Amino acid sequence: MAHVVFLSHLLAVTDGEAELDVPARNVRELLAALEQRFPDAGEELRRSAIAIDGLICHDAFLETLGPDSEVYFMPQIAGG
Amino acid sequence: MSESIDYKLVGTSPVRPDGVDKVTGRAQYGADLNLPNQIHGKVLRSPHAHARIKRIDTSRATAMPGVYAVITGEDFPPPPEHGDVGGEAGGSIGDHARNIMARDKALYHGHAVAAVAARSLRIADEALAAIEVEYEVLEPVLDLDAAMAPGAPLLDENCFTKNLPEKSDKPSNIAEVMLLSRGDVDKGFEEADVIVEGEYRIPMAHQGYIEPHACIANTNEAGQSTVWCCTQAHFDFRAITAKVLNMNVADLKFIASEIGGGFGGKTVVYLEPLAVLLSRKARRPVKMKMTREEVFRATGPTSGTHCKIKVGAKKDGTLTAATAWMAYEAGAYAGAPMGPGALTVFVPYHLENFKVEGYEVLVNKPKVGAYRAPGAPQSMHAMESAIDDLARELNMDPLDLRLKNAAEEGTRASYGPKFPVIGLKECLRAAKAHPNYTRALPEGAGRGVAVGFWFNFGLQSSAEVHVNENGTVTVVEGNPDIGGSRASMCIMAAETLGVPYESVRTLIGDTESTGFSNSTGGSRTTFATGMAVVRACEDIIAQCRARAAVTWGIDEDQVLWVDGQAIPASGVNDELKPLSLADIAENAAKTGGPLLSRASLTAKGAGPSFSVNIADLQVDRDTGKIDVLAFTAIQDAGRAIHKAYVEGQLQGGAAQGLGWALNEEYIYNADGIMENAGFLDYRMPVASDLPMIDTQIVEVPNPRHPYGVRGVGETPIVAPLAAAANAVRDAIGIRIHDLPLSPPRVLAALDAAAD
Repeated sequence: MAHVVFLSHLLAVTDGEAELDVPARNVRELLAALEQRFPDAGEELRRSAIAIDGLICHDAFLETLGPDSEVYFMPQIAGG
Repeated sequence: MSESIDYKLVGTSPVRPDGVDKVTGRAQYGADLNLPNQIHGKVLRSPHAHARIKRIDTSRATAMPGVYAVITGEDFPPPPEHGDVGGEAGGSIGDHARNIMARDKALYHGHAVAAVAARSLRIADEALAAIEVEYEVLEPVLDLDAAMAPGAPLLDENCFTKNLPEKSDKPSNIAEVMLLSRGDVDKGFEEADVIVEGEYRIPMAHQGYIEPHACIANTNEAGQSTVWCCTQAHFDFRAITAKVLNMNVADLKFIASEIGGGFGGKTVVYLEPLAVLLSRKARRPVKMKMTREEVFRATGPTSGTHCKIKVGAKKDGTLTAATAWMAYEAGAYAGAPMGPGALTVFVPYHLENFKVEGYEVLVNKPKVGAYRAPGAPQSMHAMESAIDDLARELNMDPLDLRLKNAAEEGTRASYGPKFPVIGLKECLRAAKAHPNYTRALPEGAGRGVAVGFWFNFGLQSSAEVHVNENGTVTVVEGNPDIGGSRASMCIMAAETLGVPYESVRTLIGDTESTGFSNSTGGSRTTFATGMAVVRACEDIIAQCRARAAVTWGIDEDQVLWVDGQAIPASGVNDELKPLSLADIAENAAKTGGPLLSRASLTAKGAGPSFSVNIADLQVDRDTGKIDVLAFTAIQDAGRAIHKAYVEGQLQGGAAQGLGWALNEEYIYNADGIMENAGFLDYRMPVASDLPMIDTQIVEVPNPRHPYGVRGVGETPIVAPLAAAANAVRDAIGIRIHDLPLSPPRVLAALDAAAD
């Protein structure tokens, strides 16, 4: 069960829900579950960076999740 | 601090392969290419900071002899309604299109409103003068307070604040809000024995790259264009140009020239779509280059900011709570680095209770662009100044206070996730032990320290490795070489293959000859593209083992690759003579053909990096002028691939950060016209302004990279702002909250204190 945390940039599309647990074995399944729960959030979720157990990924689509993984949805950040 | 691994080349400082051409003037930069029959493009820019464009009459200019093409916003397809530019440039593709060429409104002084292509620059200038533009001049909004005030004139009537708890149906200059919090801030402040507060303002500052933007576009009769330009991101430039002009990506070929500095500023497209459109109309190659004045007025500096910080601590120095409020100027269109500013402000510290509010605000100034570690220097200047004040209140050594609260592996970062292995404490301890931290200061001088941070990133990279017939190696990467990445790729390839550095050459492929790579930015190239190079080299090794196996008639798993040659495994056949890369390449025709490999990846696992700076400054109390006596830049590089280039990044970041801290600022008049659009008045540090910057590379390897790389390009600019401000506080006993610490500001502070 992945523990999911949304930073504030997503709260408008998650009905203000900031944390929840989602059964998912990988990010693909996680995104599908979240999009089902928050139908307006799809684009914003897919645009977000995702930190899985502390590791920030700009495109985490293929990443696997452990039974106790902590997943943060963050704004995309680049650099200069 | 560093794992003891016996590398032959990693961590050395060999001569860069592109060095001779650069120091002899042979290297071709953006404005150096000329094509037969080329003509010259120039841009007409708005004389107003905020105006509605009512009418543009180009008929006189179009009719002039020697003028081949004139374009305005009407020549462009409608700006795309959906999609972000992504990467370093920030903002929506539609806003980028409007920034490249104004449509109904000019939103800053210098905004492009038309462009011409003519036989000579003189004729182009005359044609620009012949274009008639009728404006309805509007009141400009020039600072954060004015832009955020109720009833402020709006830059964009369709801008509704993003990320508010309740969706807003009222247009605003506030483009976006970010909120972060943890714990109970009120309770945390109640537990504090000491609380410090400060309010800090920093004006816009430019990257100050030496080479102005330049390009040349050549469009054929089929509408296919080749664009040569100076860029950090030729693949991204191709994508943006295609979207702005509604072109097929396959009809655009981008070739990156050598680049005379970027620092984030050359991730943004300005000229290229104009040159392509002019070239299409004129049926000739069109060359465009900005003047220095245009670079200042019309390209993206970094945000001017306003930050308020409050920090509480117990008597023993334990931080109990902190709050931050920050507003970042976006310029004319959204895309300011407020988010990273909010995410990094408290990042060095273990904090149970904090709250951050961030606002991104539209103002009638150029759309901001990325600048090394975008957003972090401003917010961390505020926090690191407050931490310095806290250390004074607590009578603690400022490094000890930081060490007491420093984040480490497992600490929950203020941006949410727990940190992987990081090197903040190692950097702080290195600073504490550095002789420059305890060296006696001259009379009247002051010393300041500060911490810097950047996330570092991966993204997409591609690389190819070709083994030539004599065993030398060509590496092809898709990242323009800004900070010496050719040499770093050569080192990693040579180290992996076990061949001499001199036998490897790296070149930068154009968008048609190599695989997609994201920009050279985000401190990602040595990390991510290096990872692709190493992976491709490992594939070459696998191929070489297979070629040796068929040559010897033994199984592939009985062949080892050691020190750049194939050898039989112990006990297989000791009489077999090892085969070097050159041996295998020479016989490649007999064993399967040329040796080449490629790797492409989305690199994951970039390692965050921290820095600590020590600044010694002397303040002239009569003039307010500040001299930098000494500066020490300490940073966790993970692993330095090319040691001298890592040191160079630390030194360059320090020089730019000191310029930002001490003198650099965009100065606007009441009409929104920048008054110092040149290097005489926009005062960047020159060599004679600075001492030799001392460096110390800390190496806490990133376990996610084959050689431990974290990335080094951005973190070095973060800490110098606060380190300088804290040194001035130490020298004169006065906290000057705002930057730059220019002579007039320092003198005013001294005078005010004397009154």
